[in-house]
Amino acid sequence: MSEEQIKNLEEQFEARIARDEKIEPKDWMPEKYRQTHIRQISQHAHSEIVGMLPEGNWITRAPSLRRKVALLAKVQDEAGHGLYLYSACETLDISRDELYEQLHSGKAKYSSIFNYPTVTWADMGAIGWLVDGAAIINQVPLCSTSFGPYARAMVRVCKEESFHQRQGYEIMLKLCNGTPEQKEMAQDALNRWWWPSLMMLGPTDDMSVHTEQSMKWKLKRKTNDELRQQFIDQTVPQADILGLTIPDPDLKWNEERQSYDFGEIDWDEFWQVVKGHGPMNKARMKARVGAWERGEWVRDAAMAHAEKKATSLKKEVS
Amino acid sequence: MSNKKNWPLWEVFVRSKNGLEHRHFGSLHAADAEMALENARDVYTRRNEGVSIWVVESKHITASNPEHNGELFEPAQDKVYRHPTFYDLPDDVKHM
Repeated sequence: MSEEQIKNLEEQFEARIARDEKIEPKDWMPEKYRQTHIRQISQHAHSEIVGMLPEGNWITRAPSLRRKVALLAKVQDEAGHGLYLYSACETLDISRDELYEQLHSGKAKYSSIFNYPTVTWADMGAIGWLVDGAAIINQVPLCSTSFGPYARAMVRVCKEESFHQRQGYEIMLKLCNGTPEQKEMAQDALNRWWWPSLMMLGPTDDMSVHTEQSMKWKLKRKTNDELRQQFIDQTVPQADILGLTIPDPDLKWNEERQSYDFGEIDWDEFWQVVKGHGPMNKARMKARVGAWERGEWVRDAAMAHAEKKATSLKKEVS
Repeated sequence: MSNKKNWPLWEVFVRSKNGLEHRHFGSLHAADAEMALENARDVYTRRNEGVSIWVVESKHITASNPEHNGELFEPAQDKVYRHPTFYDLPDDVKHM
């Protein structure tokens, strides 16, 4: 194709998106659109998969059967969400194997929040309430993103996600209505998860390199700062109901903006964690790669069995 | 990356209740059809989304090419006489 033809196609493509038309996998798309989507969708999928690890830590130690079945179901949903997203990503001509390889080699990123440890049961409450809460805010606008398979996967994810947040909040509520020690545990979890949850919504708009292009492709429908403000405004009243204190001395209602002002985020910490120096980066990758490697013989055996069955079936027929 | 054979890709279709058609839900990897069905149950119907599942290996699907949409769908475009509103009838005629 000549340069002019490509430019023409690109213009038509941008116009389709501007008209709110959806792009489907076999449609022509600019290479950069394809690459950007592979990056974002796979990052999202990896986050779901790695996101199972911090919570998996507490399944065997859940304080009651009710909590245990809920946590199990939540972690199973996360596996499911990862799988929806991987298959959406594969429609862009990249194999599952390549996607895993990118995760395992560290080439692909996943959400930095999962590199923090889950040290008490209250962390299960804080994660559901804050981390899933932030995730929902991030994901709801993606239900109307331009790439069809991603948008459809997000609709399914969003439908399932709200139980995650509610079960987390219920854990917090129970602890806050419990003994002083239990309430203190809830406060401690909020103290540790608050700032990482704010960081989870991404660098500030002036630092975010992908925002402008992603907004144009409707791969992002609100900027990071808008999402963060929305998260804070809806979460602070929820903390009030729990009787917990947000660990930010600068947090205060701004009558004029009808929004909360908040303190400076420690972006150095964020970048340290993104670069691999968070408290749990190594442990998470070790667990993930280990599980993949230890499962190899099972995958091979299943394939060998399937092939053997197919061959004997053929023989029977002939 | 190993050069071993990977589990193939399957497309999943789910009938959400009797009376409705099967609808494409997504895809997944599985070693064979039986495993594809079981995985589809776990991945796509955790909340009673279906009463029947079809799985078909993705490579068996033949898809039209959107680049040829012009030639492929054009023949239907100028045949307005296939629609009831093409025909002029007096207002007095009821139930038609």
